[in-house]
Amino acid sequence: MDAEVLRSYLPGYAEAFFLTIRIGWIGIALSFGIGILTAFVSYYKVPVLKRIAGVYVELFRNTPLLVQLFFIYFGLPKIGFSLSAEACGIIGLGLLGGSYMSESFRSGLDAISKVQTESALALGMTNFQVFWLIVFPEALSLSVPAIVANVIFLLKETSVFSAISLMDLMFTAKDLIGLYYNTTEALFLLVLFYILMLLPVSLIGSIAEKRARYKMLGV
Amino acid sequence: MGFEVLLKGNNIIRLLEGLAVALKISMISVLISIVLGTACGVLMNMKIPVLKQLLRIYLEIVRIMPQMVLLFLVYFGATKAMGINLSAETASIIVFTFWGTAEMSDLVRGSLKAIPLIQYESSLSLGLSRFQMYLYIIIPQIIRRMIPLSINLITRMIKTTSLVMMIGIVEVLKVGQQIIEANRKTAPNAAFGVFLTIFILYFIACWPISCLSKYLEKKWEN
Repeated sequence: MDAEVLRSYLPGYAEAFFLTIRIGWIGIALSFGIGILTAFVSYYKVPVLKRIAGVYVELFRNTPLLVQLFFIYFGLPKIGFSLSAEACGIIGLGLLGGSYMSESFRSGLDAISKVQTESALALGMTNFQVFWLIVFPEALSLSVPAIVANVIFLLKETSVFSAISLMDLMFTAKDLIGLYYNTTEALFLLVLFYILMLLPVSLIGSIAEKRARYKMLGV
Repeated sequence: MGFEVLLKGNNIIRLLEGLAVALKISMISVLISIVLGTACGVLMNMKIPVLKQLLRIYLEIVRIMPQMVLLFLVYFGATKAMGINLSAETASIIVFTFWGTAEMSDLVRGSLKAIPLIQYESSLSLGLSRFQMYLYIIIPQIIRRMIPLSINLITRMIKTTSLVMMIGIVEVLKVGQQIIEANRKTAPNAAFGVFLTIFILYFIACWPISCLSKYLEKKWEN
């Protein structure tokens, strides 16, 4: 391994690292929104929307992100929806993540007993208040382990963005290997930056899981 | 819309053959993962000092490394570091097995934990060896729990195999690109139809399997 080569590669990787993080976290935020919305719709069995949400979740849970991105990035422009690679990445990740988050929130919501809703309604709360102040916060802390797993999964999935020519870590590594053949250095930095991105999330996630568990069960 | 190119020549058959390549890789990896993963999960449960730490590090590596990075490491890194020339297919089976084994062993460990301690103690006090205890008492009980989860692993494996095109295996996405390229002049909009078809093909491959997994999970809940 050559220190000089490593140093010259560093700026490129750093740039790619921040791009990956930015797209990753915007996508994850989007997936939270979509997940909460679809879980809400299917929990309260809103007539037509429930069906749509169900189809969406099944469709996106059962297809790979790479295929979704290819469809959004290469397929949709042919019928007139042209988006930048970055927007495609965010939308793709958001849609994929939304379907996973939806399932996680759903299982949390299902675990909340009906008595809670009934009592809150008896106290004169509106439906919206019941969901937002009572049911949702409880469901959220039950879903924490699943959400942590989803966040890590989604951050890992960002590695396929290179396929739609976003200059992410994977793309940078592939590019440098192709240009200079310094495979060892390029792969080393690739691994290093992914550890830098995911290890903190994994550790914080474990702590969050423990705290949520403690809050809910006291163990 | 681009669907017509699929009907030309044997394009649709080529696409299905591409999907078959992906399915083959995932099936082989799943089968090996289930065997190795069960062994790893049991080992993890036995609390052998050094081994337990090693397995924990292994799990953490798999947890935070994208499969794509692992693919690159094995496919390009192995050649460079050790001079072994792996075929892309072998490299992907190695990576998916490495990943699947970790997932599987985590599932096995979780199910083992759910078995009350008294079962272990009773079987030992009845004079069974540790090996006998796992073979006759513990493993039969966790199988019901494990089957739906292992089936779920199959769908995840199938979805992940879409990555192998990035190391040059000609699977369904690559075939799709080839079809689009070949018909660039006559059907400039082929990308929409071809990629939508691939999207649906993957859905058709995975959806029944996830439904089965969900059904079994519900059925065997108690």
